[in-house]
Amino acid sequence: MDNGLLFAAGGLGVFLIGAWAVVLRAHLIRKILALNLMSSGAFLLLVGAGAIGHAGVDPVPQAMVITGIVVSISATALGLAIVLRIAKTTGRALLPEDRERTPTDRPLR
Amino acid sequence: MQTFIVDTPWTIWVVAVPLIGALLAFLWPRRAVATGFAFGLATAAVSLALLWQVAASGPRIYAMGGWGAPIGVDLHTDGLSAIMLTMAAVVGTAVSVYARPYLAATPDKARGFWPLWLFLWAALNALFQTNDIFNLYVTLELLGLSAVALVALAGSGPALLGAMRYLLVSLCGSMAFLVGIALLYRAYGTLDLTLLAARADGGLQLGIPLGAMVAGMLLKTGLFPFHVWLPPAHGSARAPVSALLSALVVKASFYVLLRLWFTFQPADEGLALLLGGLGAVAVFWGSFQALRQRRLKLLVAYSTAAQLGYLFLAFPLAASDPALAWGGSIYLAVSHACAKGAMFLAAGSIMTEQGHDDIDGLDRVVDRMPLTTAAFALAGISLAGLPPTGGFVGKWMLLQAALEQGLWHWALVIVGGGLLTAAYVFRVLGYAFTESSHAREEHAVPRTMEWAALALALAAVSLGFIAPWALSLLEGVLP
Repeated sequence: MDNGLLFAAGGLGVFLIGAWAVVLRAHLIRKILALNLMSSGAFLLLVGAGAIGHAGVDPVPQAMVITGIVVSISATALGLAIVLRIAKTTGRALLPEDRERTPTDRPLR
Repeated sequence: MQTFIVDTPWTIWVVAVPLIGALLAFLWPRRAVATGFAFGLATAAVSLALLWQVAASGPRIYAMGGWGAPIGVDLHTDGLSAIMLTMAAVVGTAVSVYARPYLAATPDKARGFWPLWLFLWAALNALFQTNDIFNLYVTLELLGLSAVALVALAGSGPALLGAMRYLLVSLCGSMAFLVGIALLYRAYGTLDLTLLAARADGGLQLGIPLGAMVAGMLLKTGLFPFHVWLPPAHGSARAPVSALLSALVVKASFYVLLRLWFTFQPADEGLALLLGGLGAVAVFWGSFQALRQRRLKLLVAYSTAAQLGYLFLAFPLAASDPALAWGGSIYLAVSHACAKGAMFLAAGSIMTEQGHDDIDGLDRVVDRMPLTTAAFALAGISLAGLPPTGGFVGKWMLLQAALEQGLWHWALVIVGGGLLTAAYVFRVLGYAFTESSHAREEHAVPRTMEWAALALALAAVSLGFIAPWALSLLEGVLP
């Protein structure tokens, strides 16, 4: 098993764990962390894609990953800002449909 | 003058002008409204110049930084791009004119609105001309982030929750798209759509990434059953923002889907049938939900979920006469943009005037705001697909494509959905003409707001008259 395939398989695994947590975790901070996990998985997959089947290392996927990281940081910042506003307005960092499922969740301060 | 318009690379200016405007409005918040408005009008003018250029001298290719594909990123402006850019320019102008008086009472919101709206416009214009799948991802993200921030701008609890849900869905969609990009690059070693079209050979190495990308775009477009995030986000935002989201933002991901489809031309009939089937369910489900709503803005938002379904009916119908089915779907997308923009602007005027938007409390709104009621009615007529509107042309082409192939069940969906649309539009109009005991406030609404909505509704109607010319732009783009 060569390195590229290992990266790609690992990336896909991380991506799926993130997707699972985005859907099933109720707390919004956890959802945002899970999204970050998803993007890390996708970046790993990109790096893996560049490493297999080419002579040496292909720089294009690395350029894509750097761009992707910038996008992901901005998205995380925006997401966290909205989570803070939601916690201030409603008292809890949860979406309404997740509220019944987690009655013991403490309010975010 | 003529040579100036023909020779200038407007391709790059339609992206640069709104981007510069957004930065200036962001850096000088005190002048944000004036700067934003001026750059908005300039962007619309540049888009129209580009439309002229494409109509006169055919598709344009601009190699960014002089590099050219496959190393650099190319911008391609063909007929479809030009139509989409013009759609953004028309809706964008009306929304800009409307937003200035609408947000005058809340200067802090206005300072946030203008830079975000121009960022959104720049992302849209870049997306409509991109010929590189990774650049599509970047523009989709720029678009998604500015759209989410615009929803959150309203600041109320429902708007924040709507924005959060929208952010989660939008990012999940982009991530699926990114995974598709990684797999495509691995398989074919390029990101350029033209090169991909030449190299793609079918089989699983195309099927899996294409499936991931299509799923991501369905999430972002809000096709049934992925529509759950759409009505709360579109219904809780401020009126100009709702108009932008429903008219333009959902069309962007649909456009990406079209581009992917035209590039790879999947031979698999199952996927086309699945998309068409989901579209049909969306038409009925969205319309029934719209009929059940008690608030005007939510009714209009559910109507978006329904009308988006129509766009997907082209996928199973395109087999025998692609130009007819795709042309109908694209024309429907453009006329929906104008009509739905007008509807949301009209709903915003009504909400401003009487302080609420309960449908059963419209209380003879036609007496107080005849222009706004006319805008709503004309937009509704276009949505329902009555002649001579743009909606009629689009639905008629889809209907013709269905009947030519003897596919009666799709024809029934098109006609049935039209009847349901008429039902919920006339339900609103019925309340607009009758008295109600519902309590209401009375605020003055600036005439500019009413006229902006009416102008957009008239644009939706007049699309019915320019159809032959507009559709001729699509020659050579459709498969």
